[in-house]
Amino acid sequence: MATVSERDYFDHAAGAPLVEVARAAMDAVWRLPGNPSSLHTAGRSARRLLEESRETLAGCLGAHPTEIVFTSGGTEANNLALLGASSRPGRPRLAIGATEHPSVTGVIERLPGRVDVLAVDRDGRLQTSGLDVITERTALVSTMLVNNETGVAQPLEQVLAAARAADAWTHTDAVQAFGHLPLDFADLGVDAMTVTAHKLGGPVGIGALVVRRDLALAAPGFGGGQERKVRSGTAMVALAVGFAAAARAAVGDRETEAARLGVLRERLAAGITDSIVDVMVNGTAPVSPAVLNVTFTGCRADDLLLMLDAAGLDCSTGSACTAGVHQPSEVLLAMGRSEAEASSSLRFSFGPTTDDAAIDRLMAALPQAVARARAAAL
Amino acid sequence: MSGGVDSAVAAARMVELGHDVTGVHLALSKNPQTYRSGARGCCSLEDSHDARRAADVLGIPFYVWDFSDRFAADVVDDFVAEYAAGRTPNPCLRCNEKIKFAAVLDRGIALGFDAIATGHYAVLREVDGRTQLWRSAEQAKDQSYVLGVLNQAQLSRCLFPLGPDTAKADVRAEASARGLYLAKKPDSHDICFIPSGDTAGFLAKHLGSSAGDFVDEQGVVVGSHAGSHAFTVGQRRGLHLGVPADDGRPRYVLGIEPTTNTVTVGPHEALAVRRIDGIRPTWAEAEVLGSWRGLVQVRAHGAALPAWIEGRTESITVLLDDATHGIAPGQAVVCYDGDRVVGSATIAATAR
Repeated sequence: MATVSERDYFDHAAGAPLVEVARAAMDAVWRLPGNPSSLHTAGRSARRLLEESRETLAGCLGAHPTEIVFTSGGTEANNLALLGASSRPGRPRLAIGATEHPSVTGVIERLPGRVDVLAVDRDGRLQTSGLDVITERTALVSTMLVNNETGVAQPLEQVLAAARAADAWTHTDAVQAFGHLPLDFADLGVDAMTVTAHKLGGPVGIGALVVRRDLALAAPGFGGGQERKVRSGTAMVALAVGFAAAARAAVGDRETEAARLGVLRERLAAGITDSIVDVMVNGTAPVSPAVLNVTFTGCRADDLLLMLDAAGLDCSTGSACTAGVHQPSEVLLAMGRSEAEASSSLRFSFGPTTDDAAIDRLMAALPQAVARARAAAL
Repeated sequence: MSGGVDSAVAAARMVELGHDVTGVHLALSKNPQTYRSGARGCCSLEDSHDARRAADVLGIPFYVWDFSDRFAADVVDDFVAEYAAGRTPNPCLRCNEKIKFAAVLDRGIALGFDAIATGHYAVLREVDGRTQLWRSAEQAKDQSYVLGVLNQAQLSRCLFPLGPDTAKADVRAEASARGLYLAKKPDSHDICFIPSGDTAGFLAKHLGSSAGDFVDEQGVVVGSHAGSHAFTVGQRRGLHLGVPADDGRPRYVLGIEPTTNTVTVGPHEALAVRRIDGIRPTWAEAEVLGSWRGLVQVRAHGAALPAWIEGRTESITVLLDDATHGIAPGQAVVCYDGDRVVGSATIAATAR
């Protein structure tokens, strides 16, 4: 079996390798003592690092530093937006997109009977006809900016207009957009936005909810209220430093890197559709340059994953597992695909380590892997 | 890799022998329990976790394959249908026949693997281009009976690294020495899809209950029960007949007639069987037709009984040298030549 260093990694959307600038920035601060809530010199030093990171991150996102609420990651930030809005007086309902991440769709079970789901079309884009469920009883509308499984980018103008007309708050999960597409909180016009570090080369364990200062979110948890009184727990200073460094690097390189990845994505998409029959790329432009989702008709996705894994290629279905067993993709089902199609799709996602040679190796391995996976599914 | 010690050590030995090994855990339950409870069940999330951790230690890839639909159709539904028909199935054997050494093996072969290795206690020998299946050296753990349904195409793709020389205690010691922390994990028993161990309750849930009669050999009603599917030929406990037999001796289930929901009971000697008719024969190496001397086993961990065996293409007949007791239709009869498996059949009928 190939060792990790000899392998090609096509799962950046699940977790990107830590970039060197983030590692170096964290190395410099891990050993420092001091809780940023403490009043002494060590505490103030830690607090300074935290606030500088907040300012850097805000600068990368077109936000004011006071709008950054650090969380443990995207899931907690999404939970905070939804649960934080769920007690708005006179507004018992929430509206979410049909292809949201489980950290958003899970609110359907948490708040039974209170969630409206906005349907999407075959390309994964919100159907404008369904937006009339947003009313003056809607507390918050949450629709993701870039889908984590398909890379489909969601134009938000119409849903935001519908939300504003009803005076509902708006939230977008921008986890997969940050670092790949232009992202400016003020320009976007949403009330709250989720980002996370480890999808763009930062450390796992930190994310943020970017949230307008006048938005009175309720705190889902309790404790010291360290982050704007809505998120409790000792602030993660070193992780914030790493997040800020990675974000600055990703945003600085974004245009060139997005263009580079976009070319690789098109090469892979064309290579797959040219060399393998009965395949379908899921999602049309605009899409993230970093994600390609393909249905390989007649395969079990996990067999294909196993074959590529054995060939030294790390890929993903992009969707949830239950006890290690791949389930049909809820995202693709919501996009009108059949159970079979939703069970036979793989996600390839790209980052700084992806180059032409890696794409070549993937394209070389795919035809036989697909042929065998198809034979195994008979 | 069930998450148990046997398959983990089997995998370790395969790795050590230089094979390119991939670990596979089978998800057989639609709604697996989070934790294993007692010695029952074998596909809780904890078992899957244990298998994964063993694969980590061995440095091999690990996957969970979902065969829950196939398992439900081929093993669980079959189990219920067999009881409903008045027979007593062996689901482990059915799982080996239909899932582990069929659906799983086929999937692996299609993906480019050469063989399936498991932690079963049985011995394979290559002789003249054929794969022979023999009893394990460890008689107490021998699992050739539940593997007896495998044919040559299946056996030629099997590897049982624990078979030749291993005692259970040694396997535990070996697991411990190899750093596999599941070394002390208890063996699993009973039926994996009935983790409560309450087979009667499971069957009642699936088949409902309806009042029926116990009758004696003369057809006289001697009691009532809540459904014939709750009984197995040879069963003594749990009959709750109320009225004792005239001679005061214990009574046993002699026969089950599901169409009339009648269970016949009688004395132990009425369970005596010398002739066994088997259907759907399978052959480990090749058909052995005609009449031949051999040994037969009619239940897991049962004794090997000397017999004349008459092999035919569609059925077999076994004439035991000495009568045995309580053979339930639906169970497998596995035929041996000494310690070598020749074939098997499903018991359809018995006679004195």
